[in-house]
Amino acid sequence: MAADTADISRRDFLKSSAAVSGGLLIAIALPGCKPAAMATGGETRYATPNAWLRIGTDDSITFYCDKSEMGQGVYTSLTMLVAEELGVGLARIDTQFAPPGDAYINTLIGGQITGGSTSVRDGWDKLRKAGATARTLLVTAAANQWGVDARNCRVEDGVIVSPHLDKLKFGEVAEAAAKLTPPKDIALKPPAQFTLVGKAQKRKDTPSKVDGTCVYGIDVRLPGMLYAALAQPPVLGGSVKTFNGEKALAMPGVVAVVPTSSGIAVVADSWWRARKARDAVTIEWDGGPNAALNDAKISQTLRKASADAGRIMRSDGDVASAIKGAAKVVKADYELPLLAHATLEPQNCTADVRADGVDIHVPTQVQQIAQATAAKAAGVDVSKVKVHTTFLGGGFGRRLEVDFIPAAVEASKAVKKPVKLVWTREDDMTHDAYRPPAFDQVTGAFDDQGKLIAWKLHLTSCSITERFFPGSTEKNGDPFTVEAAANYPYDVPNVQVDFKRQEIGINVGFWRSVSHALNCFVAESFMDELAVSQKKDSLTFRRALLAKQPRYLRVLDLVAKESRFGYPPKGRFHGLAVMEGYGTYMAQVAEISMADGKTQVNRVFCALDCGMQVNPDTIVAQVESSVIFGLSALMWGEINIQGGRVQQSNFDSYRVARMNEAPRIDVYVLDSQEAPGGVGEPATALVAPAVCNAIYTATGRRLRSLPLTRYKLA
Amino acid sequence: MTQLNVNGKAVEVDVDPDTPLLWVLRDTLGLTGTKFGCGMALCGACTVHLNGQAVRSCQVPVSSVGAQAVTTIEGLSADRSHPVQQAWIEHDVPQCGYCQSGQIMSASALLATTPKPTDADIDAAMSGNICRCGTYQRIRSAIRRAAEIKRGA
Repeated sequence: MAADTADISRRDFLKSSAAVSGGLLIAIALPGCKPAAMATGGETRYATPNAWLRIGTDDSITFYCDKSEMGQGVYTSLTMLVAEELGVGLARIDTQFAPPGDAYINTLIGGQITGGSTSVRDGWDKLRKAGATARTLLVTAAANQWGVDARNCRVEDGVIVSPHLDKLKFGEVAEAAAKLTPPKDIALKPPAQFTLVGKAQKRKDTPSKVDGTCVYGIDVRLPGMLYAALAQPPVLGGSVKTFNGEKALAMPGVVAVVPTSSGIAVVADSWWRARKARDAVTIEWDGGPNAALNDAKISQTLRKASADAGRIMRSDGDVASAIKGAAKVVKADYELPLLAHATLEPQNCTADVRADGVDIHVPTQVQQIAQATAAKAAGVDVSKVKVHTTFLGGGFGRRLEVDFIPAAVEASKAVKKPVKLVWTREDDMTHDAYRPPAFDQVTGAFDDQGKLIAWKLHLTSCSITERFFPGSTEKNGDPFTVEAAANYPYDVPNVQVDFKRQEIGINVGFWRSVSHALNCFVAESFMDELAVSQKKDSLTFRRALLAKQPRYLRVLDLVAKESRFGYPPKGRFHGLAVMEGYGTYMAQVAEISMADGKTQVNRVFCALDCGMQVNPDTIVAQVESSVIFGLSALMWGEINIQGGRVQQSNFDSYRVARMNEAPRIDVYVLDSQEAPGGVGEPATALVAPAVCNAIYTATGRRLRSLPLTRYKLA
Repeated sequence: MTQLNVNGKAVEVDVDPDTPLLWVLRDTLGLTGTKFGCGMALCGACTVHLNGQAVRSCQVPVSSVGAQAVTTIEGLSADRSHPVQQAWIEHDVPQCGYCQSGQIMSASALLATTPKPTDADIDAAMSGNICRCGTYQRIRSAIRRAAEIKRGA
């Protein structure tokens, strides 16, 4: 099946990209994570049957969660996967965030990375196997002690029960289990026997998130810790020419003014004092190569580059000939702006650089890269750096970056004390790795019977992957530029997608759903343009071209039925979009109304087939979340550059959706026995085309660039 | 020295008078449940109660607090038993959770004066609190549920 093939090639690509990155992947074995080892810790002794589980002789069970919790629910859902096979309830497991380690490399990406909506897909087999291996060892140890056949024993919430109803707790056989060799082949429960997976569980992190005790990076407090604020070059890519910190040093509580690789850090006994003194440092900046960069130049650069053909990423049939011989050709250009992530927790890092080693406490999506970055900044071997992952106050791809780590490490090294570096909101908004802008040209061609015979998408944008792993896309191209494009699902004989890479001089980053959000806007808006050109409605036009795509059809039909697509309440208008991303099939209907030239999104209906589910309510929550994220970008999202400086600075100039702007969202998750798909991102991408298609229905205006604040809509 | 009344306790802090209450709570008193999000009263992550009213603590200089009772998320209840906290747990509202202390403080201040809030009341009271994870729909349901819990329903 096409989707599977795409997945495999992406995996291979990423493996090779990880290999290319060479020094990026650092092997740090967990203490005692070799099979069947015992580790000591105080009086309690621990069995560590694998890198994910630790069973204490005190009957404690620790799960090392190898993905970061940034709201997407992995703290619970991944614990469920391991608990399902281990044979314990969720409450019995203490979930901790895993340290850097090769065992935790995300098989789908090739590094220890939380991203790409891969957490459940990566853990689905791995974590169930980890649980099953541990359970098998524990049961075997108990069976040996009883002198019975392990196959006749069972497990009830962490207690092993013999055929004679004797009972042993996991902790009581942990030491014996640690001496056994783990079995090679582990049979996993068939889904029909799941008792936890697929059954709604309360999030394990909710209690700490309603009483203020959840510890995010910004909340870390170490004994003797100082605080730092950072002055970064106002022009992206600029640097410090000269600085004078005398005035700042004379201010109360200020301990040091430290030149770092990212700017001038001011270290003080409170963050407020550091922040005030930062503004007292006199700095002469070198603007660097971007000093004259602005929006118009970025747009011109992309448009100019688009004159050249890009790398072909999909080619069916012969698009050029089909267009040449077509009875009707429809063409359109689309353009998308830079976007910021704006995680609500500003970037921060707490570093403790000592003679004997370095500890960093950091909200990160990339433990190994964070470790390597801190090691480089401290000038020590990676083995000397411990990474403590905190809860993340939002990720969305922003915390795949590690730009907030070096200055914290360098400041701590300079003052020889733990330092917590916290960026202001303005620092964060003006020093992001922004979602790349894009200029895209799309063409559709019909024969004289009105059959769509060609579809061609020529994309021009930046390659984030090349920024992370230079050279890695040379062989096969960059799959993260053609999502929701190369998998064009409609039954058209001639399809071509090509990507022309054009960098713009500033850092671009992975932003929730990555190129899905860029390309789905183009592909699905244009599908409506094509439908209109044939005087067909959005649903009928799509259905006919998806006849061979049952998973698309199911979600499309479900969302059409639930939304009463095409029959909105009076004064409301409907728009539709469909997409497959991260192995999840999705269809959305936006229901909007127009007032005073403005669009109000009243309701969003979303149907999805994400395969087998782990925690169903989390899936619903992630769709709700993604819809609001996509809505914010659609309505207001735009980063403007003037003189190389980002013009937006806080939530007044970079607006995001608020309570009074949040539509009602109805989510319909199909029962499915397909392999699990990712759910943290895809719904983000369908909002803009669905809403813009509704705006066309309401106003007859086709919007081909965003955000909506650019338009006065009658 | 500045005298404060935080979560029912008298405390003394030695800070610059212009220090925002937010940073006194977080850095001086270690009450890190109150969050820094924007520093300009735009996001609501730093919401606390002053004499029961929701305020953005990033814009309240500590010198202006005086004898007013400061309540933070840590002081809302000792055991997550406040109706708003109960409702938040029931609806599994938080995702990343970073904004939720502020959301809960805004919601609890709303319910204290408006036992049966309408949608418009909720919009008015809650639109100053950004949730970047977009949990608004659950917040709205949870506020309604908290109102029920408060009424003993």
